[in-house]
Amino acid sequence: MTQKQKRQTVETDVLIIGGGVTGAGIMRDLAFRGLQTLLIDRKDLCAGASGGNHGLLHSGSRYISSDLHSAIECREESTILKHVASQCIEETGGLFVAVEGDDPGFAENFAALCQPAGIACNPISIDDAKKLEPLLSDKLFKAYKVPDATVDPFRLALLNVAHARMINSSSFRPHTELLHFTLKDGKIESATCRDNQTNSILTIYANQYVNACGAWAMNIAQLAGCKDVNLLYSKGTLLVSHDRLTTHVVNRLRPPGDGDILVPGGTVSVLGTTSIRVDDLITVKPTVAEIDINVREGTAMIPALAKARYIRAFSGVRPLLQSAGGSDDREATRGFALLDHSTQNLSNFCTITGGKLTTYRLMAEKTSDLVAGRLNNSEPCQTHVTPLPDEESCKWTEPGASPKYWYKANDPEDMILCECEMVPQSAIDEIVKDAPGAEKEMTLKAIALRSRAGKGPCQGSFCGIRIASYLYDQGHYHDKTGLIHMRDFFNERFKGTRTVTWGLQAAQMELAEALHCGLLGLDNLENN
Amino acid sequence: MSEEDRHFSAELAVIGTGLAGFAASIFALKRNIKTAQVGNTGAVAYTTGYLDLLGSLAPDYLASIEDPWQGIEQLRDSHPRHPLCRIPKDDIFTAFEQFTSFLGKCGIAYTPPGEFNVSGLTPAGTLKPTLCVPATMQVGSAAFSQKEPCVIIDFKGLKGFSSRQVVANLKDRWPKLSSKRVEFPDMVSGEIYPEVMARSLEVPATREKLAKILASAAGDVKVIGLPAILGMHAPDLVREELEQLTGLQIFEIPTMPPSVPGIRLREMFEQLFPQKGVTLIPQQKVDRLVFIENGAQLSLNDSFGPISIHAKSVILATGRFLSGGLKAGVDGVSEPLLKLPVTQPDSRREWYREKYTDRRGHAVNSAGIEVDSSFRPLDNHGRPYSKNLFAAGVILAHQDWIRGRCGAGVAIATAYKAVEEVEKLLK
Ligand SMILES: Cc1cc2nc3c(=O)[nH]c(=O)nc-3n(C[C@H](O)[C@H](O)[C@H](O)COP(=O)(O)OP(=O)(O)OC[C@H]3O[C@@H](n4cnc5c(N)ncnc54)[C@H](O)[C@@H]3O)c2cc1C
Ligand SMILES: Cc1cc2nc3c(=O)[nH]c(=O)nc-3n(C[C@H](O)[C@H](O)[C@H](O)COP(=O)(O)OP(=O)(O)OC[C@H]3O[C@@H](n4cnc5c(N)ncnc54)[C@H](O)[C@@H]3O)c2cc1C
Repeated sequence: MTQKQKRQTVETDVLIIGGGVTGAGIMRDLAFRGLQTLLIDRKDLCAGASGGNHGLLHSGSRYISSDLHSAIECREESTILKHVASQCIEETGGLFVAVEGDDPGFAENFAALCQPAGIACNPISIDDAKKLEPLLSDKLFKAYKVPDATVDPFRLALLNVAHARMINSSSFRPHTELLHFTLKDGKIESATCRDNQTNSILTIYANQYVNACGAWAMNIAQLAGCKDVNLLYSKGTLLVSHDRLTTHVVNRLRPPGDGDILVPGGTVSVLGTTSIRVDDLITVKPTVAEIDINVREGTAMIPALAKARYIRAFSGVRPLLQSAGGSDDREATRGFALLDHSTQNLSNFCTITGGKLTTYRLMAEKTSDLVAGRLNNSEPCQTHVTPLPDEESCKWTEPGASPKYWYKANDPEDMILCECEMVPQSAIDEIVKDAPGAEKEMTLKAIALRSRAGKGPCQGSFCGIRIASYLYDQGHYHDKTGLIHMRDFFNERFKGTRTVTWGLQAAQMELAEALHCGLLGLDNLENN
Repeated sequence: MSEEDRHFSAELAVIGTGLAGFAASIFALKRNIKTAQVGNTGAVAYTTGYLDLLGSLAPDYLASIEDPWQGIEQLRDSHPRHPLCRIPKDDIFTAFEQFTSFLGKCGIAYTPPGEFNVSGLTPAGTLKPTLCVPATMQVGSAAFSQKEPCVIIDFKGLKGFSSRQVVANLKDRWPKLSSKRVEFPDMVSGEIYPEVMARSLEVPATREKLAKILASAAGDVKVIGLPAILGMHAPDLVREELEQLTGLQIFEIPTMPPSVPGIRLREMFEQLFPQKGVTLIPQQKVDRLVFIENGAQLSLNDSFGPISIHAKSVILATGRFLSGGLKAGVDGVSEPLLKLPVTQPDSRREWYREKYTDRRGHAVNSAGIEVDSSFRPLDNHGRPYSKNLFAAGVILAHQDWIRGRCGAGVAIATAYKAVEEVEKLLK
């Protein structure tokens, strides 16, 4: 790597900082309105909460007791998304179940609470509930059916970015971190960023600047001198089981607490979450204690969770708007905040934070209304009516889809590189060539984010090696940096596996370490 | 199917068919101890064929070490309880000598143990310090140290082995290294597998076809490296014949598992032990092990029904999590067969460090069972579980064979020691 820092300048109508679903949604919304944008993320798409959440497309019922406004927003937005982004959504339906020990009063009243929000919530018999979900506890005493669904945030973000790129060549730059703003005459004049892969510096000139940094939004606002974004952080931890345990989303029928939602996702289930106040955003990772709490609590609804095989755990941070106050972080508003910073004497900067995956589209719409208005653009929003088109290079994140494409193509030369999830060479080719954020020397981490590679029971320990050797083979990697990408990928996957390694996963881990460290020496690259 | 009850008796029962278990049977043969061995498929099928003694040193596992014998001296100071520190160096040397010469006599030649480690090549193009290498791989280590012009060859359809990768990572230290891709004879389309390639090279006609392909791929270069596919039962013969046909020097590089050199060892043992008088019951797990007056009773079941073995002594060589010798549960690590106490971190929180590739290794990997100076496992009171029970291999506590690059070393050395103690007991 060269020490010399190359300086580079880029111009765009709108700079969007933060490549979560919100930033990606804004990018597409503005593209429809004819505005050219540049989206940047310090890491990659969905590196924040958008890649660390439960994937539940809320019907709204979850918030019915704490936040009616959010409940209604969820009901409306989930209905829209089922129409315009159906390829990212599985309409699983949801159940709310109360088990012995839960408050019978709350349980009885639930349907009545949902009614004013317009959420279709229907009581069903215990027998029927158990027919729908045989693994439910024998201690069930009340059950309702609601229109919950699940959503793949990776595909959603990728497709939003891909569509914006198609509409007006708006672009996305991964590993580009905002370092500081240059202010002049009540405006941001430019944003200085660092390319975290090459360490080169990039200056971006835009007419409007959007801070869509989720939990990091306060840091970014402060860089522009704004003191009106006050966030607290609540960390949530979830764990992924090897098998899909239910067909529906299963929620515990009680005010939100630990380990009370089980969300299916393709071939797995995701159990969560915990909620712990954290002071910073640096050390966000699952702990053994959080895992044990989730499993213990989840077991009350689904006893099989006690003996299930878990393959991964992960954490995300919810930004809590401080004005919401309250003692329980889960009761804080799940609404979003859009700040135009006019009180901070800036006329071309805004911040969008909070909210939910379920409401990302609405958050993007409101933000785009503000930004377009400031640029005297009066094109209306289209994202609530125009379906999100599919894109070849974005299809690989869908669980169970790779085998389908692969069998269909029936090309014996197209070898499977990830055997757990059946990801073939052609998927890697397509991603490296075309996926949003694709580049010449793509890291294994970046490829994994755009596919199912590494998501199965072996958690990438085999396919990481195979994909790396394929990339060497194709000339994408040509020196030791390829090994470093491999090592970094395994280190990244380990963050997810280290707290859930017991039973069969301990055997898997031993094999992985024997290969990666014992044989290939990835723990000792510096000395090799 | 008949439900006949099969019963065997032996002086020694070896539980486990990993390197430690096989080594134990070899050493027992050498001492004329009547042996029965039972074991499920384990890590042997994954192993590269390299026999490591000690390649890296605790506590920080910094640079690879060149002199493993001196490394053991250092280990004695830093990790006196490491199994390798509890066995005289001369015995470790003899153990490696006996083990490798036995393999050689059975048709898989190995380099004998030397004073220094050699550099084993890996499919990633990294180097692995190891003590003894199969003869099929020896030329590679030598060619590397001489920096001879060399072509690494890979095969269309064989995934996970890219000669371009090997070259990309070795080029700075081996400038005259280049890569080439060829098609394997009669397997020109679709995916191909190392095991299938190896078995097809047992056929002379395939060797002749491959020789032509290799000769033309080598061009002017005289040394070529291939993934480890040179035959299953007589790799040395396959290699020799290819060398004769091509006029080249040829060597193998291990592949990702399932690994042909590991399968070679397993199949060789399975074929030869019965001929040499070892009662080998492969692919089976011992369900129950009880100690009785002057010996032990092992029970297992195969598809024909129950089998029982009475033995005067037992060596437990059941490995770790991968092989089932240890079990990792939510509440801790246990030893499933005898419920032996396992030395381990206080809680699951301490099992793993934050970083996977941390050179200091993970605490759970040094968990294991305790033994006395005769390698008898200890019970909850710190006393030998039974005077007739011994243990060997990576089930033992206080070693991290992965970070220490000492898998075969721990297995072979402790098996040697355990068999020596068995002999004392039987006398
Ligand atoms: C544990 C948990 C579970 C959840 N479950 C659900 C659920 O089931 N359903 C639901 O609807 N919602 C759920 N949510 C909420 C949902 O995940 C978030 O609301 C949503 O993902 C927020 O998206 P975002 O784009 O606003 O922020 P993020 O996804 O956090 O994106 C912010 C981005 O900014 C980037 N960034 C930060 N600093 C910089 C910088 N200096 N320069 C450049 N980029 C920077 C980060 O890398 C990050 O990618 C959950 C949240 C958590 C934490
Ligand atoms: C991917 C990989 C690569 C490796 N590469 C190398 C290398 O390059 N160099 C090197 O020196 N070492 C290497 N090793 C290590 C080596 O193969 C052995 O794992 C190590 O030497 C330990 O041997 P062991 O016999 O103690 O245990 P294992 O090899 O684990 O064997 C344990 C045996 O016990 C059996 N068993 C368990 N429970 C029972 C029961 N109840 N009844 C009957 N049998 C039972 C298992 O089936 C297995 O056969 C590698 C290992 C792996 C996994």
